[in-house]
Amino acid sequence: MTVTAVHKDSEKLTLTLDAEFDASPEQVWNLWADPRKLERWWGPPSYPATFTAHDFRVGGRSEYYMTGPEGPTPFLGYWQILDLDPPRSIRIEDGFVTDGSPNDLPGPGGMNVTILPIDGGRTRMTIENVFPDQAAMEQLLAMGQEEGLTQAIGQIDAILAEDATPAGAR
Amino acid sequence: MQIVPADFDRMFGALADPTRRDIVRRAIGGDEGILELAGHYPMSFAAVQKHVAILERAGLITKDRIGRRKVVRANVEGLRIVRRLLDQYEELWRSRIGRMAELLAEEAPGAQKGIER
Repeated sequence: MTVTAVHKDSEKLTLTLDAEFDASPEQVWNLWADPRKLERWWGPPSYPATFTAHDFRVGGRSEYYMTGPEGPTPFLGYWQILDLDPPRSIRIEDGFVTDGSPNDLPGPGGMNVTILPIDGGRTRMTIENVFPDQAAMEQLLAMGQEEGLTQAIGQIDAILAEDATPAGAR
Repeated sequence: MQIVPADFDRMFGALADPTRRDIVRRAIGGDEGILELAGHYPMSFAAVQKHVAILERAGLITKDRIGRRKVVRANVEGLRIVRRLLDQYEELWRSRIGRMAELLAEEAPGAQKGIER
């Protein structure tokens, strides 16, 4: 498969994925550098992203919106390009510009991309995702380990399963 | 399935604070009002009230009226969503990488078009 490794690090609070492509590092680089290519993979087909700006150089900024079944979503996403070393590495801060009052919104997250040639003319891309909020991610990971909380949620799961209301959502 | 990123952000943001995480923990199967909750923390009632409000906005807790009392309870559905966030993040990236591979495959036949940068 394309994705060869996934690593969730509770110390560094990151999610890292390795992927291998039958392509050159330059081609993989262009998936990030070319806004028309970027638009074809950043958002899912049901919520495609449209990049209204993509200033792909150190210090540059990108902005995009996504379009769902009911039209454009109310939030604007942005990238701040922190560092580039073509075609080897990309460092981006990404976040959302919200319309509403952003009082309890976390700071932006980060993406660190490394692109390396490997055997057979293939390319390995590593994406390190630094979570929008690291304390929150720690919490997520801890939830799986804290017996108290896990147990409690398990119990509640059971209770909910009993009187399951037909999930009317969606 | 698509979850609006703004909601993710709000949940992440709400859980970014150790006091709020502790409130959520206590609110699971808990039976305390804000006043009782406030007793656990070395801060003002108003400060605890503010934390509770942020958690409520994020959909992680609800204030239920029981008789005369208002009890702070964890919103299980909200917590479940949080629990799944990490996996969903992985899924998000897996699908992005899948689309990347497709794009590259489209370019493959004439490969090495050598796009300079």
